[in-house]
Amino acid sequence: MAMSETAHQAAASNLPLVMRTEIGAIDNVTGYRTFSAGSFSFARDEYFARITWPEGTHTMPVDAFLRAMMRDVAWGFFYGTVNFDDVIGTVNHYGEVTLFAGRYNDAYHNAGRDREERFPSEVLMPLFKAIMSDWTNQGFDPFAAPMETGAPWGSKNGHNESAITRTRVSAKRIVGLPGDTPLRTDANGFPVNRMFPDLDQSTPIVEPEPGFEGEVWAYNLFDYLSRSDVTWNPSVCSVVGESLFCPTTEEFALPIDHGNDRCEWFITLSDEIDWDIKDKETGKPRAKVITRAGDVSCMPADIRHKGYAKKRAMLLVWENGSPIIPELILKGEAPIVSVTW
Amino acid sequence: MEYTTRLGSLADYDKGKVIPIDDDPKNYVFSNIFEVASQSAPYERVAVAKNFEYVIEVARAEGSSDWYSATHDEFVLSMDGVVEVQFVKLDDPAAVAPPESQGAVKLAGEPAGRKMGRVVLSRGHQGLLPRGAAYRFIAHAPACLMIQTVEGPETVQKWAEICQNS
Repeated sequence: MAMSETAHQAAASNLPLVMRTEIGAIDNVTGYRTFSAGSFSFARDEYFARITWPEGTHTMPVDAFLRAMMRDVAWGFFYGTVNFDDVIGTVNHYGEVTLFAGRYNDAYHNAGRDREERFPSEVLMPLFKAIMSDWTNQGFDPFAAPMETGAPWGSKNGHNESAITRTRVSAKRIVGLPGDTPLRTDANGFPVNRMFPDLDQSTPIVEPEPGFEGEVWAYNLFDYLSRSDVTWNPSVCSVVGESLFCPTTEEFALPIDHGNDRCEWFITLSDEIDWDIKDKETGKPRAKVITRAGDVSCMPADIRHKGYAKKRAMLLVWENGSPIIPELILKGEAPIVSVTW
Repeated sequence: MEYTTRLGSLADYDKGKVIPIDDDPKNYVFSNIFEVASQSAPYERVAVAKNFEYVIEVARAEGSSDWYSATHDEFVLSMDGVVEVQFVKLDDPAAVAPPESQGAVKLAGEPAGRKMGRVVLSRGHQGLLPRGAAYRFIAHAPACLMIQTVEGPETVQKWAEICQNS
């Protein structure tokens, strides 16, 4: 989502690079394919995704699995660690990616039942996309709130390619400026969401003098957000250097536990979002953060967070996409907390 | 079911909090922009978020501001109230904000240059403050602004005052 296009490759751990992925045959009973990446195997049945590796096996409800993997795919493995749940996930090294099971779970890790394998991103990503394509049935949209989509259950039943291949919205300067990412309107297929019927949809007064039409500009950000057809999927709306305003709308639960490798800021623009904070390395609970309209909070770089919103809420995610940060992280020079006093 | 969107304002906000389990609340740099704006002087540009050189500033707009300019784009979002932003294309922007400078620079007086136009922002409206232009805010009633910018000479940092400390 908010990944800087200039983010460059940073060396990963000392794990050897694994190049092997495989798309298996169609299961005669369920109709789904199996997949493998290195020594990890992926299979689904009517209700569950099953991930196995030499030291263990893990089961996830397939709706949760697809929602999590959808974010990992759409965000290009994102910043830092994407925990699908307490066991499975990926770590982005920006050019390479680690797939792990139990690595950031104290019980698995201390018992030696965990595994991590490192892949070139261009090797693992096509496999993840193939899993999403094969396992997402017609009518299920992994980006949508649960009350706004069909069910993922059952044996193989069609596809939903348009839902899982949405183009990431990323303004170059600001939404709506000529040549930049367009506004959302009824006419271009973005009606106001059912949970924002009362938002002011007025447009700002914009009066440029002749010749300054491309510089004097404003739009209704709240209206733009109220028309988002996805949840927990930030998109870049304004850019100052590497400072990226990535607002999004949130409903139900963040499908991943995000363990960012850098500090990440949240400004809740409307309603309430509650966050569970756990230690990034061990998964032990550290805090709860209750945020309401106008609240500002910083997620430190050594935690993982998961958000909950009972009513669709607008959230401004603020990222620093600087390409030097991965290097600072590797050297241990990136701050864990943005501000101290 | 009917839904009501809960927005905040200078007059009415419901601040959340950090509930520590095994952590220091200060790590979350928790504040509320309406509280910060209501407790600051008009147009005091208070940082509520900082990430390396980048900041998000909050200001209470009230009356007419000084003129500002920057060598880079900035963006302003009205979180409460109505604010007019007037723009002037500077004849000599480097004389106001040196090319190596970052963040908003306050002009000593009126800007010299050609009028670019204006925008009027209500709650939820986001506007571009283009690089190389001078701009000023005018609010006939108190408004709350959030500005995406870079730390500069006008940025006020008072974290101990604005953040949850325990």
